[in-house]
Amino acid sequence: MKPEEIGALLAGKFGDRILETKVDGMNPWSVVDPAEILPVCRFLREEERLAMDHLECLAGVDYKDRIEVVYVAYSMKHRHRYALKCRLPRQEPHLASVESVWGVANWHEREAYDMVGVIFDGHSDFRRILLPDDWEGFPLRKDYKFPTSYLDMPV
Amino acid sequence: MQVEYDGDVMTLNMGPQHPSTHGVLRLELKTDGEVVADAIPHIGYLHRCFEKHCENVEYPGIVPYADRLDYCAAMNMELGYVLAVEKLMGIQVNNRVRCIRIIMAELSRIASHLIAAGTFGNDMGSFTPFLWCFRDRETILDIFEETCGARLLYNYNWIGGLMCDVLPGFEKKVVDFVDYFEPQVDKLNTLLSNNLIFIKRTAGVGIMSPETAISYGVTGPNLRGSGVQFDVRKDEPYLGYEEFDFDVPVGKGEFGPVGSCWDRYMVRIREVKECCKIIRQAAAKMTPGDVQESIPKRVKPPAGEIYHRTECPRGELGYYIVSDGGLKPHRLKAKSPCFTVMSAFREVSRGAMIADIIAILGSFDVVLGEIDR
Repeated sequence: MKPEEIGALLAGKFGDRILETKVDGMNPWSVVDPAEILPVCRFLREEERLAMDHLECLAGVDYKDRIEVVYVAYSMKHRHRYALKCRLPRQEPHLASVESVWGVANWHEREAYDMVGVIFDGHSDFRRILLPDDWEGFPLRKDYKFPTSYLDMPV
Repeated sequence: MQVEYDGDVMTLNMGPQHPSTHGVLRLELKTDGEVVADAIPHIGYLHRCFEKHCENVEYPGIVPYADRLDYCAAMNMELGYVLAVEKLMGIQVNNRVRCIRIIMAELSRIASHLIAAGTFGNDMGSFTPFLWCFRDRETILDIFEETCGARLLYNYNWIGGLMCDVLPGFEKKVVDFVDYFEPQVDKLNTLLSNNLIFIKRTAGVGIMSPETAISYGVTGPNLRGSGVQFDVRKDEPYLGYEEFDFDVPVGKGEFGPVGSCWDRYMVRIREVKECCKIIRQAAAKMTPGDVQESIPKRVKPPAGEIYHRTECPRGELGYYIVSDGGLKPHRLKAKSPCFTVMSAFREVSRGAMIADIIAILGSFDVVLGEIDR
């Protein structure tokens, strides 16, 4: 399917819960209401015409006024790609985990928490993944202050 | 898979300094006798926060950092990055640059698969193939060294071109190497791949079904080992790979169920022969040209975002780049193939023997530098 068709299909199914769609760029995307991310992802995977069984990338992006979580999904069967975005507040960004849809989301979500501080509700093993468990702050936030010491050791 | 255990469960710590973990990886094993009830990977020992560095250097300065993701296949790492930025900026490169990049990428793939096969054989108790593989890899590193001065971390692919042209006689040297190398693969097969002990250790061990593989985002040889025919070079060609004639080998399960450690290993060995085919064709296609003619004076992509992926030796390497129109990326995320395959490790290794954990990890062929970034 072409990106326009996927965008139209999503808009037809979810109506006003798809907040914005941009399909002319190099990475076509739709912005989804954060409360609806799990049903939309499940639709992407289970709908026959979409069959997006491969979550390629899940990234948290800090835009200074908001946090965006980007899901890039791909269909091994139909060979098409589409991205979903969720816009969240910078304070306490909460989102439902999509681990039940794609297994790989488990680690990607842990990484998004570790780096940008997005909290995924309903995750089975929610903790930091790359940084030590007692690390403070989220390095990929734009206002992150570089630490001068770790466990009393100067760095 | 659900396994019932009746004995006492013991926690066994494997790594981070363990020769078979291919870097610094810690596995927390919950064992019941010799059976592994659960294997929890702990990663992050090599974390450098590559993505934070990228936000603080200009686009061309990221290439050396990209090299250091997967230091066994640095050429492919930087190639993925420069192709993503070139696509974002709309830069076209000439035929010479394309051919050299393809030759370098495929040579690097051979070198990387040789490490994979050699160390996997070593993990399984066979030392000679390790030496054979490293001997042949040395020739490839010599070609790289002659071209760009570095043996491991090259900084050779630049945005819009190459660091320098290849030396005269490069095509002949490469084709000579391929001519020499192809019979070596058959020798390796007789020594290692079809060795009965090796087959007994690896076939039927660590089976990954295609559904598990796709759900966990497993890509590259590990996915093809499960019998899924998917290769970015074929299915979403970049750099003109569509003009080349090569096959995509998949696991067939000659010795037991499809998706075992042996299948994943064998896909790499078969892939090496396809690399040789591509290199021959690319060397024949090379035309004279200036390898630096498309290098922009200032790398300043327009505001926008892109997700671009390439087939690197360990799978699909994707770069998600958000540009705000400045000289530095607003956000750069590297989606590493080893990271995703490692997330499937817990699923695949459940119910295996402790000794098989080594086989599964070796057949995944992970590089920790890329997992931890």
